[in-house]
Amino acid sequence: MNDFFTNIFFMVLVVGGLLITLSVSVMFILLMERRVVAFMQDRLGPNRVGYEGLLQSVADGFKLMLKETIIPAHVDKLLFFLAPFLVFVPAAMAFAVFPLSKKLVAVDLNVGLLYLLSLSSIVAMGILLAGWSSNNKFSLLAVIRLVAKNISYEIPLVLSTAGVVMITGSLKLSAIIDAQSHVWFVLLQPVAFVIYFICALAEVNRAPFDLVEAESELVGGFHTEYSGFTFALFYLAEYVNMIVVSLLASVVFLGGWQGSVLPGFIWLFGKAFFFLFVMIWIRATLYRFRIDQLLSFCWKWLIPICLVNIALTGVGITVWQSYFR
Amino acid sequence: MKTEELTINFGPQHPSTHGVFRMILDVDGETVRKVEPVIGYLHRGFEKLGEYKMYKSGLPLTDRMDYLSSMSNNLVYSRAVEQLCRIEVPIRAQFIRVLMCELNRIASHGMAVGAFAQDLGSTTPFVFAFRDRERILDLFEEVCGARLTYSFIRPGGVAGDLPEGYEKRVDAFLDIMEENLVEYHQLMTENEIFQMRAKGIGFISGEDAVSYSLSGPNLRGSGVPRDLRKDDPYEIYDQLDFSICTQGGGDVWSRYLVRMRELEESIKIVRQIVEKIPKTGEFLARSPNILKPPPGEVYTCIESPRGQVGVYMVSDGTDKPYRYKVRPPSFIAVGALETMMLGVKVADAIAVLGSIDIVLGEVDR
Repeated sequence: MNDFFTNIFFMVLVVGGLLITLSVSVMFILLMERRVVAFMQDRLGPNRVGYEGLLQSVADGFKLMLKETIIPAHVDKLLFFLAPFLVFVPAAMAFAVFPLSKKLVAVDLNVGLLYLLSLSSIVAMGILLAGWSSNNKFSLLAVIRLVAKNISYEIPLVLSTAGVVMITGSLKLSAIIDAQSHVWFVLLQPVAFVIYFICALAEVNRAPFDLVEAESELVGGFHTEYSGFTFALFYLAEYVNMIVVSLLASVVFLGGWQGSVLPGFIWLFGKAFFFLFVMIWIRATLYRFRIDQLLSFCWKWLIPICLVNIALTGVGITVWQSYFR
Repeated sequence: MKTEELTINFGPQHPSTHGVFRMILDVDGETVRKVEPVIGYLHRGFEKLGEYKMYKSGLPLTDRMDYLSSMSNNLVYSRAVEQLCRIEVPIRAQFIRVLMCELNRIASHGMAVGAFAQDLGSTTPFVFAFRDRERILDLFEEVCGARLTYSFIRPGGVAGDLPEGYEKRVDAFLDIMEENLVEYHQLMTENEIFQMRAKGIGFISGEDAVSYSLSGPNLRGSGVPRDLRKDDPYEIYDQLDFSICTQGGGDVWSRYLVRMRELEESIKIVRQIVEKIPKTGEFLARSPNILKPPPGEVYTCIESPRGQVGVYMVSDGTDKPYRYKVRPPSFIAVGALETMMLGVKVADAIAVLGSIDIVLGEVDR
């Protein structure tokens, strides 16, 4: 009985710690995004709350918490309320499997990669529910786009990591990192790396693939009807997802925690930080795709290139094993 | 499988309706099948109101029509009054007027392409356009104190002379603007996704454009070389060297390119004006405070950034116009919207709307 309560206690501690860490890091990434985009657009960005605007996101967060969560009369109440949690929880669950350093890993699943890739599909389910239960035409159009986009882009997303799995021979994240102790997979699989990054952008609905939000057309897309805390959850989830795909990119292609001098988790977060910066940079530069262009880009370019890449990887591995070993 | 068309109400409160425009779209999935523009949310009855104002007091109403290029509106109203009352405008005043109108054109076209880029999903060009427009507004503020509703060009000339060293500051602005145009082109014209999005949608042929009586960049984007500044030169345009920009495509991309090239042409025009403007001279012709033109009617039109803006005015010999009517290019462009929009995707419907560059203040008046 005592054991049971100790376990519960530690669980609450870890989950609570994770949630707080996530919220705080999202707050600073949010601030970074606003300041970096502002810098690129030749303006100042938020710089009033706290030193150089450091507390801006805290203020925004409090504002959203204190606002009334409006549940419109025409929505499907249960699903409407459930959807933001369904988006946020899988995003947070992803953090269970990331190896932060050689020893610091919560759960080293032997199907870690698969686990992460499938979590991102559950996020899509949450967004689908949000749009569907809103009973709003803009949200409906947004989720139609979402379904088409996610079905298409998850194929190259998974296929682009297949080459790495073939070389490593394991889906375990720690094994993938270990396999990169001599050379990072970004050098062995450069094409797969680029495709992974494109698909990751699509997966987290960032520009130029932000059709699901598409402010200029669909007002807010799937979250048009959301306000207050539920809206904050969507916002949080979007950025947590960005962190997740960035971490995954650093684990699979940039050697995860590996690096000299500094401790592992700093290397890992530094690499993820780089991807986050690139995402922000892309947002400041690129335009939104149209839905048909988005799909034809995926089916006509990304998937064939992925398949060719896998075939070449297979040939490469065979050649390597039969002649150089 | 049973499918149904969905009716979507865009606006009047919507991020991309450029004001308070409303569209009722029937969509089949993502494809637009029917478009019904609804206007009138910004109707303030300026034409009727103008008939209750004396000739010189009606001017501030024109500021509020096309609020992105108030100078052109001021000019066309002033020209109508001048023609009714037969007022001769001093030559220096004419130069200042054209200078202001062309600066305003740069600001307006910059906004148009910036807002268009925002409709396509990138905020950066919009912010850049705003930054450069800010510089023009500073120049306007210097001559007339106002940043949006100038009432600077008046019957008989302009409200005030140019301050000391103004030409130099205009020149300095033009240098900055020319540099920034390169940046605009890198961000928009050369962007692969921008081209993919803009090319081949929102098509209207030259014949259709003429029969809808489109004007300005919307007409020139369909390959019809009509520009009142060349065809019927007013003020001092006949002394200036510039060319009419046309693109044959008739699509969103062509209209965008026309605007970008007109930005360059306007910079060229302003440079010539700064060079040629007489150093001394009157800036406002003498005229009575209360104008009482002889009975008669007049229609005068000029090329505003949005196209041919005209004023029809009837005088019955009193101090107020008997009839006052404006030909608003934006309103006419709304009429052609359905032809351009049918069959495009929802996302492109917004792009098409952005490409015709309407100002709702002018549509509704």
